Amino acid sequence: MWEYSDKVKDHFKNPRNVGSIENADAVGEAGALSCGDKLKLYLKIENGIIKDAKFQTFGCGSAVAASSVLTQMLIGKTLEEARKITNKQIADELDGLPPEKMHCSVMGREALEDALKNYLKDDYKEFEVEENEKSSPIVCHCFGIGEKEIIEAIKNNGAKTFDDVSKITSAGLACGRCRADIESLIKQYSKPSEKEKLNPVQKILKINNIIETIIAPELQKDFGDIELINVEGNNVVVKLKGHCSTCQNAKLTLKNFVETKLKELVDEEINVVDENE
Amino acid sequence: MNKEIYLDNNATTKIDDEVLSAMLPYLKENYANPSSMYDSAKISARAIEKARKQVANLFNVENEKTILFTSCATESANTAIKGVVEQFATNENNHIITTQVEHPCVLSVYQNLEKKGINATYLGVNENGELNIDNLLSKITPNTILLSVMHANNETGAIYPVYEIAKEAKKINKNIKIFVDGVQAAGKIPIELEGSEIDFYSVSGHKFHAPKGVGALYVKKGNLFEPMLLGGHQENSLRAGTQNTPYIVALGKASELALKYMDYEQSEVKRLRDKLEEGILSSLGNAKLNSKSTLRVPNTTNIGFEYIEGELILLYLNDLKIYASSGSACTSGSLDPSHVLRAQKVPFTSLHGSIRFSLSRYTTEEEIDYAIKSVVEVIKKLAKISPFQRELKELGL
Repeated sequence: MWEYSDKVKDHFKNPRNVGSIENADAVGEAGALSCGDKLKLYLKIENGIIKDAKFQTFGCGSAVAASSVLTQMLIGKTLEEARKITNKQIADELDGLPPEKMHCSVMGREALEDALKNYLKDDYKEFEVEENEKSSPIVCHCFGIGEKEIIEAIKNNGAKTFDDVSKITSAGLACGRCRADIESLIKQYSKPSEKEKLNPVQKILKINNIIETIIAPELQKDFGDIELINVEGNNVVVKLKGHCSTCQNAKLTLKNFVETKLKELVDEEINVVDENE
Repeated sequence: MNKEIYLDNNATTKIDDEVLSAMLPYLKENYANPSSMYDSAKISARAIEKARKQVANLFNVENEKTILFTSCATESANTAIKGVVEQFATNENNHIITTQVEHPCVLSVYQNLEKKGINATYLGVNENGELNIDNLLSKITPNTILLSVMHANNETGAIYPVYEIAKEAKKINKNIKIFVDGVQAAGKIPIELEGSEIDFYSVSGHKFHAPKGVGALYVKKGNLFEPMLLGGHQENSLRAGTQNTPYIVALGKASELALKYMDYEQSEVKRLRDKLEEGILSSLGNAKLNSKSTLRVPNTTNIGFEYIEGELILLYLNDLKIYASSGSACTSGSLDPSHVLRAQKVPFTSLHGSIRFSLSRYTTEEEIDYAIKSVVEVIKKLAKISPFQRELKELGL
């Protein structure tokens, strides 16, 4: 099993600030039941200061610990201070998290972001971009790995796949949500491979066949489904059905799974969009 | 309770004292290489042949020459599957059939073979985790070279009718080879290979009170396969490498003991398992049984707890020194929850909170009583942390 720090253990065994706040000023959510973790964060705010914070979490030990420690960090902070809290600070406050569990700290930050957006509405400004991030935006949020480092892995170390990049930089090793971004960097910075030439009809047939025989059965396992609506050049329009259509991670499914598969098997240039987009 | 309550016997088991005593002399004084010519080497060689007979008895086969010793069940499975494919694959259209609920040590081999151009069919199971035999048989083609079905599932304990499947499959295509992963069956239910149509059957010692690092593979007489390890002439040149005498002796002794305790396993272990299962299900409105197959090994139950995550349950049970396991994504290190429970379409409300309890002949009534009480307390405590308060309230929590 994972090696959790004593602080993580203390927080999941004796979670602080569990529960909800009646008439909370701000409520934020992250995750989904179907994906295995969900966090609900409640804030009481007075004169721009967080007076109380409570949480409810469905998730593993580190998800509970990250939620618990986050509420402690929030109480007494101004909104300006609160929104500067990064997932790394949450993990550091717990004396670190195992690499595979860093996404738990990201979930904490996302719930906080959601709560602040709900509270401030139009006044909410995106997190201020740190100076060093401007030249190299963060791609892997779990480990705070920037674009520059990933491009170097592709150009200098010859990384050709997402797994190669992960091995070299650790990016994507935790939640894997940055997969699509890393793959597009690979596409951009490595030499393109030769794919078979298909005429438009062959291409549509091939895409349809892959969706029906490979992609749909996978989604059906998670109570979802998919239908091909249209193919315009490299734009593949699909409709997500069943559970997938309501899942908060639907966009991730489209990009990380559907698009990745079609890119791998048909054409590197394929772009998958939902019919509602 | 100060004692550890070990309810994870499908992961590994404690070495039986008799097994340990049997193997120790071969770690100390009888260390000779069984292939050597001198008298002390003969002691080792004879010990290995005795163990071969003991394993043959566990498998209920007359001819002990059908038993090969390996280092583990993963090696046994790899040897059988790759060996058959290398031996029998023609240039094109080779087809293999297996199930979606096999152990990763089997599934990964098939996925790897697919990359090399072999066609594979993965059969699903119903909501009880059972296979549709007619559907399975309908997938057999003249190009099918291998059919592999596990005897019992590690996560749910479901037993598959492997003898019947083997018999019917051979009627359709007599050239097909049948591989059965018997890891979770050995020591829990009788194995009857004599007269069956099964060609290859694998087991692992540490799942039935032998140490880790030893396994066996049954190869029905007359079957050819390409060996995986080449080198010396050991094991009839089918598995080269100096034989691991102490561990082979241990596997033999464990097989003998497994037969001795078989009735106990079917009666007492089953009674305690049922008590644990009923105790939990009747006390918690959010507890759902995942082990719903009509046929099931006597020691295993898998229960899903709705709206509570599995790793958290294990961590709280760990604090009470109760050891079980979970198919939740968070414990496996991958992002996907158990492929077995997903195959039987366990609803996502309880999928991530599914816990497997697996007993052994060492499990006591006192431990089960304590486990029931503790699981109920832990779930009630964790329900308070869940964001699904309304749903849990409706379930009485």
